[in-house]
Amino acid sequence: MKYESQKVALYYIAGALGLFVAQILFGLVIGTIVVVPNFLSELLPFNIARMIHTNALIVWLLMGFFGSAYYLIPEEAETELYSPKLAIIQFWLFLFGAAAAVVGYLFHIHEGREFLEQPLWIKLVIVVVALMFLFNVSMTVLKGRKTAITNVLLLGLWGIAVFFLFSLYNPSNLILDKVFWWWVVHLWVEGVWELVMASILAFLMIKLTGIDREVVEKWLYVIIGLALFSGILGTGHHYYWIGLPAYWQWIGSVFSTLEVAPFFAMVVFTFMMVWKGGRSHANKAALLWSLGCSVFAFFGAGVWGFLHTLAPVNYITHGTQVTAAHGHLAFYGAYVMINIAMFTYAMPNLLKREPYNQILNMWGFWITSSGVTFMTFALTFAGVVQSHLQRVLGMGFMEVQEQLGLFYWMRLGAGVVTFVGVVLIVWSLVVPGRAKAAARAAIQPAE
Amino acid sequence: MSETLTKSAARNIFYGGTAFFFVIFVGLVAHSVSTVNEMAINHPVTPSVARGKEVWEKHACIDCHTIMGEGAYFAPELGNVWVRYGGRDDAAGARESLKLWVKNQPSGIEGRRQMPHFDISEPDLDALVDFFKWTSEVNTQNWPPKVSG
Repeated sequence: MKYESQKVALYYIAGALGLFVAQILFGLVIGTIVVVPNFLSELLPFNIARMIHTNALIVWLLMGFFGSAYYLIPEEAETELYSPKLAIIQFWLFLFGAAAAVVGYLFHIHEGREFLEQPLWIKLVIVVVALMFLFNVSMTVLKGRKTAITNVLLLGLWGIAVFFLFSLYNPSNLILDKVFWWWVVHLWVEGVWELVMASILAFLMIKLTGIDREVVEKWLYVIIGLALFSGILGTGHHYYWIGLPAYWQWIGSVFSTLEVAPFFAMVVFTFMMVWKGGRSHANKAALLWSLGCSVFAFFGAGVWGFLHTLAPVNYITHGTQVTAAHGHLAFYGAYVMINIAMFTYAMPNLLKREPYNQILNMWGFWITSSGVTFMTFALTFAGVVQSHLQRVLGMGFMEVQEQLGLFYWMRLGAGVVTFVGVVLIVWSLVVPGRAKAAARAAIQPAE
Repeated sequence: MSETLTKSAARNIFYGGTAFFFVIFVGLVAHSVSTVNEMAINHPVTPSVARGKEVWEKHACIDCHTIMGEGAYFAPELGNVWVRYGGRDDAAGARESLKLWVKNQPSGIEGRRQMPHFDISEPDLDALVDFFKWTSEVNTQNWPPKVSG
C-alpha cells in the first residue's frame, strides 16, 4: 500500500464480509426449508428468505468491487483518491440502503422481480451510490496515471451502473419485462462484471508474480475481448423460451458456447504468469485464491454454463436444479473468489501486518471450495433426475421434488461445510495471527 | 503470447469488436421487440392482465415459483398453469380452481412445502388468473415440453 486513501477499502471489505456471512446463513435457512418444509413457514416464508440470500450476495459482491477499486485505483493511478470522505459517505449510504432493504423484506415490503426486489426508492439510492463512486474513481484516474487495468476496471464499473438503469423499466408486457430484465442480470454477470474480475485478476498477477505489465495488459484485453464478443450475443440463451423469435436459439447456442473461451483464457493466463514470473511472493494465500478463481470460474461459469446452454438441451433442463447448480458454482468461482483474492492480498497491506493467518485462510479456501463443489454436484444430479422425470416423463413438479430429497439433504450438508469455510476465511482476514519469525524473514520487498 | 499482437492492437480489437457485437445485439433486440409488439395486437395486455402482473409482483411469487422457467425452482412452473388446470377446455372451472387454491393456502400439511396465505381481493385474484391465462398463450417455442411444467 502506497497511498493513505487506499484505507477506505477497509470499510468496504468489512461490510462485504459481514454480508457474506449473512448470505450464507440465509442460504442455510432456505436449504433447510427445502428438506423440512414446515420450518419457519409462518414466520419467514421461503420467498422472503430467498430474496435476502440472493440480494445479500449481490450487494456484498458489489461492495467488494467498490472496495477493491478503492484499493487498486490509487495504486495504479499513482495518486491519492480524489475524495476519501466521499468514499466513506458512499459506503454508509450503501450499507443503509442494503439494511433498509433487508428489514423491509422481513416486513414483506418489496417489489416482485427476481433479484430486483428492492423498492424503487432503494433502487434510486443505489443509483446515487453508484454515481458517487464513479465520480470519485473517475476523477482519481483522470488526475493520475492511466493504465489498461484502470481503463478496463472503469469501463466495467460504468457498465454496471448503466445497465442497472434497466431495473427501473418494468413494462406490463411480461415478455418485454424479461427481455430487459436480462439486460441487468446477464449483461452484468456475463458482461461487465467479467471486466471487473479480469482487471482485478490482472492487477493481482502483476503484484504477485512480478510479470511485466505489458504482457499482463495485453492478456487482459484479449480476455475481455473474448468475454464481450461471446457474452453480449450470448444473452440469446435467455431468449429461447420467453416469447421471442426462434433465431435466438441459434445465436444463443453459438455465442454462449464461446463464453467458455474467456474463462479458459483466464486459467491459461494465471498459470502462465505464475509459472513464468518466478517471484515467490510472501502472500501465498492471495496467490491460491487468484489461481482458484480462474479455475473455479472456468468450471462454474464455463463448463457448467455450457452444460445446459445449447437450445435442445436447455429445452429440457431450463428452470430445473441444473440452473441452480450452475448459479452456485459460477458465482463462487468468478465473483466470490476474485473478491476474497483481493481482500486476502489487500488486508495485510492495509493493516500494515505481514501476510498473516495464511494457513487458516488456505484451510478456508479448501473447505469452502469443497463445500460449494459438493453442493454443485448434488444439485446437478438433482437437476438431471428432475429434467428426466418432469420434462421427459411428464411427472408433476411436487411429485418429482419428493424424489430429490436425498440430493437436497446432501446440498444442505455441503452448505454447512461451506459456512464453516466462510467463517474461517472471515476469521483469517479480520483477526490478526501470530507472525512467525521465519515467515517474516522470507518476505521479499514486493508489494 | 505471440509477439505479433501488440497491446494497442489487442485494445483496438477489444473496443472495435465490442462495439460491433453490441450494435448487432441492439439491432436484434429491436427486431424482437417489434415482433412482441406485433403479437400484442392480437394478444393484448389488457388492464386486467397488467393488474395481474402487479399482483404477481406484489407477493414476490417468483421467489418460490418459476414463470417461463425463470424464478426460484422451489414451487411449480406457472407460465402454463392455466393449461395444466384445463383452462383451454373449461375456462370457468380452471379459474375457480386456481382461485380456490390460492385462497386455501397454507395447506399446513406436515412435510409438504407451504405456500403462505395472501390476502388477495376477488378482483385481484381474477386479474392474476387473467395474467396466467395471457402468459400461457405466449408463443414460447413449445416450451415447456410437458404440461407438468
